[in-house]
Amino acid sequence: MSEKVGVYICHCGTNIAKTVDVVEVARWAGVQANVEVACEYKFMCSSLGQTLIEEDIKEKGLTRVVVASCSPHMHEKTFRTACERGGLNPFMFEMANIREHDSWITDDGEAATQKAKALVKAAVDRVVHHQPLELLPVEINPNTLVVGGGIAGISAALELANAGYHVYLVEREPTIGGHMAQLDKTFPTLDCSACILTPRMVEVGQHQNITLLTWSEVEAVDGYLGNFTVTVRKKARYVDERYCTGCGICIEKCPRKVIDEVFEAGLSYRKAIYRPFPQAVPKYPVLDPPNCTYFERGKCKACQIFCPTTPNSIDFEQQDEILKLQVGNIILATGYTLFDCSRIPQYGYGRLANVFTSLEFERMVNAAGPTGGKIVLRDMKTPPMSVGIVHCVGSRDENFHKYCSKVCCMYSLKFAHLIHERLPDAEVFNFYIDMRTPGKGYEEFYHRLLDEETHFIRGKVADVTDAARLPGEEGKLIIQVEDTLIGKQRRIPVDMVVLSPAMEARHDSREITQLFRMGCDFDGFFIERHPKLDPVATMTEGIYVAGACQGPKDIPDSVAHGAAASARVAGLIARGIVMMEPVRASINKELCSGCRICNNLCPYNAIVFHEDQKVSEVITALCQGCGTCVAACPSAAITGAHFTNDQIFSEIEGILWDVQSDHWEREAELVTAK
Amino acid sequence: MSEQFKPVIVGFLCNWCSYRAADLAGTSRIKYAPNMRPIRVMCSGRVDPQFVLKALKEGADGVLIAGCHPGECHYVEGNIKALRRFSLLKRLLSQWGIEDERVQLVWASASEGNVLAAAVDRMTEQVRALGPLRWQESVLSGNGHGHPAPIETIAEVLATPEEV
Repeated sequence: MSEKVGVYICHCGTNIAKTVDVVEVARWAGVQANVEVACEYKFMCSSLGQTLIEEDIKEKGLTRVVVASCSPHMHEKTFRTACERGGLNPFMFEMANIREHDSWITDDGEAATQKAKALVKAAVDRVVHHQPLELLPVEINPNTLVVGGGIAGISAALELANAGYHVYLVEREPTIGGHMAQLDKTFPTLDCSACILTPRMVEVGQHQNITLLTWSEVEAVDGYLGNFTVTVRKKARYVDERYCTGCGICIEKCPRKVIDEVFEAGLSYRKAIYRPFPQAVPKYPVLDPPNCTYFERGKCKACQIFCPTTPNSIDFEQQDEILKLQVGNIILATGYTLFDCSRIPQYGYGRLANVFTSLEFERMVNAAGPTGGKIVLRDMKTPPMSVGIVHCVGSRDENFHKYCSKVCCMYSLKFAHLIHERLPDAEVFNFYIDMRTPGKGYEEFYHRLLDEETHFIRGKVADVTDAARLPGEEGKLIIQVEDTLIGKQRRIPVDMVVLSPAMEARHDSREITQLFRMGCDFDGFFIERHPKLDPVATMTEGIYVAGACQGPKDIPDSVAHGAAASARVAGLIARGIVMMEPVRASINKELCSGCRICNNLCPYNAIVFHEDQKVSEVITALCQGCGTCVAACPSAAITGAHFTNDQIFSEIEGILWDVQSDHWEREAELVTAK
Repeated sequence: MSEQFKPVIVGFLCNWCSYRAADLAGTSRIKYAPNMRPIRVMCSGRVDPQFVLKALKEGADGVLIAGCHPGECHYVEGNIKALRRFSLLKRLLSQWGIEDERVQLVWASASEGNVLAAAVDRMTEQVRALGPLRWQESVLSGNGHGHPAPIETIAEVLATPEEV
């Protein structure tokens, strides 16, 4: 086999050249078998570097190309395209990663140069076994699934629906709206949250391109980009949506009161048949069997008796429904949960009555909330004369979450403002570590609060206690804090404490990643494809993320993220087909012994067995190219394109060029031959 | 030998987690032993036991297989299959006298550059302590002072499919 390989060693400015002796590597590569030309260049990814490859292919008749530079995840595509422009099949290219895996991990120039040679040799030996491959066209189903009906999901769904594409919006709560529906005012403009959100919710509910599935959960996801089949469980609502008008008489007549832990954060009651809030979308109520008298004792049926519709909308026999949806793309907008403040016992949440979480406070100041917007203590009548707001509860804390939750400073400032507004005589203390107000109009809002005479105390709160020690502390909550600006320990007595907990990943985010076959980071937030340049896609083709499920975000960021994910999806749908990597397995029927070992190994059920011929076959469209079957086939009948045994064996030989037993003899031969 | 022995370890890294972990280690400028030479495979499930044997035969002192954490595999459970093969392979290797530390399986997610770097550092030291393997010279060619080994069986295992 006589191949003409071109080898290009990149300096990457000084990123590689500082550690690796690139001149030596290029010189050495030049005398290796099959290498036609080897050179080094400052920036291979620059247009000049790419032109170098193109011209060499044309002028020197290169049949293969190796570039030793950064990670293939960075520039493999760039160089493949350059090869293609030069007239070579893009898969006749191989990359050696001598930056991330070499020059950046060591200061030992000699070792780095040696490793670079091994990586280049591996790539050269591998590339001569490469075969020309063609990208696989895959049709895109124009329907999209959006999981999660918070503001990010709503924004994503509306963008796509308005562009004329059909969207299935799945939400596990009885209504869409998410956390934003629970908020009172939004910072820094102090717009009423419901006033800006509910019109969008209604738009979703009425949009002819949106199928809204609330009180539903995704159970299984099959398929691949362009052709997903999603199984959704539509939980029994016990209310027939075909007949229900949403009049609410059933809710009024229901005799059973239950503490509303979800929407009202435990501050108020709902009925056993309920609608989380009056503007809920959809408007149909949902019945909660564990708390329903009929389900408990077999009688009551007040809701059914008083339901004015014909036929009656209340259906005690309703069962969960399993729906199969065909979609081309999936946007995950599953949101966040709040850190459980009782995990920091010294702050007293759950033990000291007048310690509240931000969400409880948010419901309390909401005009539609349990107190009608009055700020009161846990007795629900006494207004506090002093309030302490504690930032960073669970965030920026080595013991819980190292990250900054991004929104807490701003909403804590908003709380301070609302207290000043509603209780002009009350004193407000904000305990912060650092004041973080990056955002349009955010810093200005902070200055407004400084003018409103909020007390800002820089220091992490050590303790919240009701044990009075000094005069004036009796009957108060005492906040123990080191004021780092004056360098003193202080005890500040207040009537009410509001904790601003961290935004956490959903507690089932790991299960979600398994369901959708993508990844989440250590904190449970979904991993985007690239932290800077691709914050909406994930490592799995066809799955996108939007909103706080990817990391803490405020409302404008979530809206933008949702819209961005939609734009990506809309682009794919408009194109109609997408070209997929041809890294797929195929079975040689002549070699297949029909043992069926591979059949059960495939996680995608992409391998079928032909009973008549007693051989297995890979369905290319379903295959994702993992190669597990290739490794398992005892007859070596399965080939994994671009990762064939030949290619990997040659790569192993090349990567060990300097330690093979007959290494020195072969080296000498090569040098003299050249 | 006055110079310190520099073990050569071949790393089979899965495209989605551990290769990216290695990328991240580089991007974060974590300094670790340059002794591991990575080979990219799409999934740790692609790592045929033959690859490991081939690497040892060609002169590697150790082989590291790295994949996504169980439950986080990009291909659902390729890493579990890798684990199963690994356990079987280990039993075989120990019968040939290849020490446990020479062939290792680690999990490193794309965000765990530090985990991968630490694994490479740890393994490099372990293999350094064991000394060179020289499997080809000492065992396979049968002229060394190595462990007695069923030469034919090994040759068969190592034969590439084309040769069978």
